[in-house]
Amino acid sequence: MIDILTDPGLLADFLATSLRLSVPVIFAALGGVLSERSGVYNIGLEGMIIAGAFGAAVGGYFAGTPFVGLAVGIGFGLLCALLLAVLGVSLGVNQIVAGIAINVLMLGLTDFLSRIVFHGQGNTMHLDGFMPVAIPGLADIPVVGPVLFRQDLLVYVMYALVALTYWVMFHTRWGLNIRAVGENPRAADTAGISVPRLRYACVLASGGLAGLGGCYLVLSQIFLFSEHMSAGKGFIALAAVILGRWSPLGALLACLLFGVCDALQLRLQFANPEVPYQAFVILPYAVSILALIGLVGKPTPPAAVGLHYQRESK
Amino acid sequence: MLEAIRLLYAMKSVWAILCALLVGAIVIRAGGSDPLAAYAALFRGAFFEYHGIATTLVKMSPLLLAGLSVVLPLRAGLFNIGAEGQIYLGALFATLAALYLPPLPGWLHILVCSLAGAIGGGLWALIPAYLKAWHNINEVIVTLLMNYIGINLISYAVSGPMMEEGAPYPYSAEIREELWLPHILPRTDAHLGVVIGVGLAVLIYFVLQRTSIGFSINTVGRNPEAARYAGMSVRRHIVWTLVAGGALAGLAGTYEVLGLKYRLFHMFSAGYGYDGIVVAFLSGSHPLYAILAALFLGGLRSGANIMQRAVGVPTTVVDTIEGLVVIFVATSLAFRFEQSRWASLWRRRKEMDAALAGRGQQGSP
Repeated sequence: MIDILTDPGLLADFLATSLRLSVPVIFAALGGVLSERSGVYNIGLEGMIIAGAFGAAVGGYFAGTPFVGLAVGIGFGLLCALLLAVLGVSLGVNQIVAGIAINVLMLGLTDFLSRIVFHGQGNTMHLDGFMPVAIPGLADIPVVGPVLFRQDLLVYVMYALVALTYWVMFHTRWGLNIRAVGENPRAADTAGISVPRLRYACVLASGGLAGLGGCYLVLSQIFLFSEHMSAGKGFIALAAVILGRWSPLGALLACLLFGVCDALQLRLQFANPEVPYQAFVILPYAVSILALIGLVGKPTPPAAVGLHYQRESK
Repeated sequence: MLEAIRLLYAMKSVWAILCALLVGAIVIRAGGSDPLAAYAALFRGAFFEYHGIATTLVKMSPLLLAGLSVVLPLRAGLFNIGAEGQIYLGALFATLAALYLPPLPGWLHILVCSLAGAIGGGLWALIPAYLKAWHNINEVIVTLLMNYIGINLISYAVSGPMMEEGAPYPYSAEIREELWLPHILPRTDAHLGVVIGVGLAVLIYFVLQRTSIGFSINTVGRNPEAARYAGMSVRRHIVWTLVAGGALAGLAGTYEVLGLKYRLFHMFSAGYGYDGIVVAFLSGSHPLYAILAALFLGGLRSGANIMQRAVGVPTTVVDTIEGLVVIFVATSLAFRFEQSRWASLWRRRKEMDAALAGRGQQGSP
């Protein structure tokens, strides 16, 4: 295990793997941050990731270009998010129940439909995807270059979206409104902010982002669709939102930490079978719980998260 | 007319399930199969054939116990998303008790295993319960995260210290035959677990409905402030209901081992803990309706295999139907008679009747 620390080539390899494993989770976690900051639990991230992955595969399969796959994948994520928004924001259904329903529905529906759409060849097809593009200059920096700047299009999109989400959240009026709606919807409403409209926007954005995470799985990583390929990434993203204390940059760092854990766990499974790899699978979840207890800083969730907002009872 | 509309509202869960089946039919049709034939095979297989009924009962056992593990804490206002992890810990403790305790007479040892399983699940729920009661940390998130820790702990146990030698797949040694739960239908897999589940559902119903413990659980759930004023310890109720929920989920795992698998397997639970949330939700967190909800979902799961063999529709379509059922039932909850246009008409008519009756009395000579 020590060889990855002494050999720069191996280290770069290891870090690049860690980054690639964390990218889909980063997309979903950004969505989770947006949605929870506006006061809506999004337990349905897992379902939105698999919907995005399925959409990416369908679009890529029939159009033959990853860009159509990307559009369809994001579209499917948005549709799931619309369902969550209608149930959780408009109808006031318990957001956790609505999210779980989306997960159950999408995991089943994509599994079922993939057999029909791909004629049982979902596991053997090879889709055209996004290939790594080196950024001239930056890619030649030792270790950092190949890790960060010899990636594919979606990774660069991810960098941009993290920065954008951070900027919107903390440096624009919208961001202030989002945070206000998540902390104290009644005060925000009094100040003339439309609570449902802002929550719809945030939930939809979170669905699009989670769908993008699914697109990355299919179009940049595996190049095929397999059922249940989201494999709990939506739930890891929820953990990252907590560990990252509901901030885009915090969530990014948490996801990267989880990515390193995941890469270590994979390496251990193959290279050192005598070390229990489960320890590293457990680590992200355990660290998140410790973070909640306050051992890793003091987290405070948005005050109104999970609560349905109604103006006045008629 | 208005009475009929009120009845329509009262039966909204039924309409929701029918809507879900209707959309499910469209999905099956899209898959190129005949929805009617598929549903006929599904429900005949699940509820009208001897071996199908047995399979339904086998699936119902963990669904019901996991459902109850969500229902009970929900009454105190707590969301137990952690049934899945508690199932695994319960199964681990029960298997340990079965394999490593000195042998006792069969029935006594089964009792000891059940107790161990309940303790395993309960202990796993104690962590989020303590964090909720004393540090006000959201139990939804903690129970969810602990599922993954629990599942991987068991995965470590059965692929490491407890793994049977030479096994091709991570699983423990087999438990003694005296510890296998008795079968309730001859020549099938249907075991006593489902009977225990129904018994516990009835017990929980009586505790919630007829005892002072149940009354204070409901009060804590509805209005913690009022409960505190009335001298009830909110903290103690949080801890005990969540731990009891964990124990119920632990039993779900226990009876999967003692009744069906006879070993502890890596990843043995097919998401029963999450389905338990669906059961609790469909039942409206009522223990007796949870029996019906678990029977329905168990039937879907058991009929799915028969449907696949008969009509060629992949079994995963029942996951789709399950998701649709939850979504439609959830949507139906938003339609309340009291808030509808009809309710105001209803009230107006009642007032009119009352006024007419009043005048009739005055005006009569």
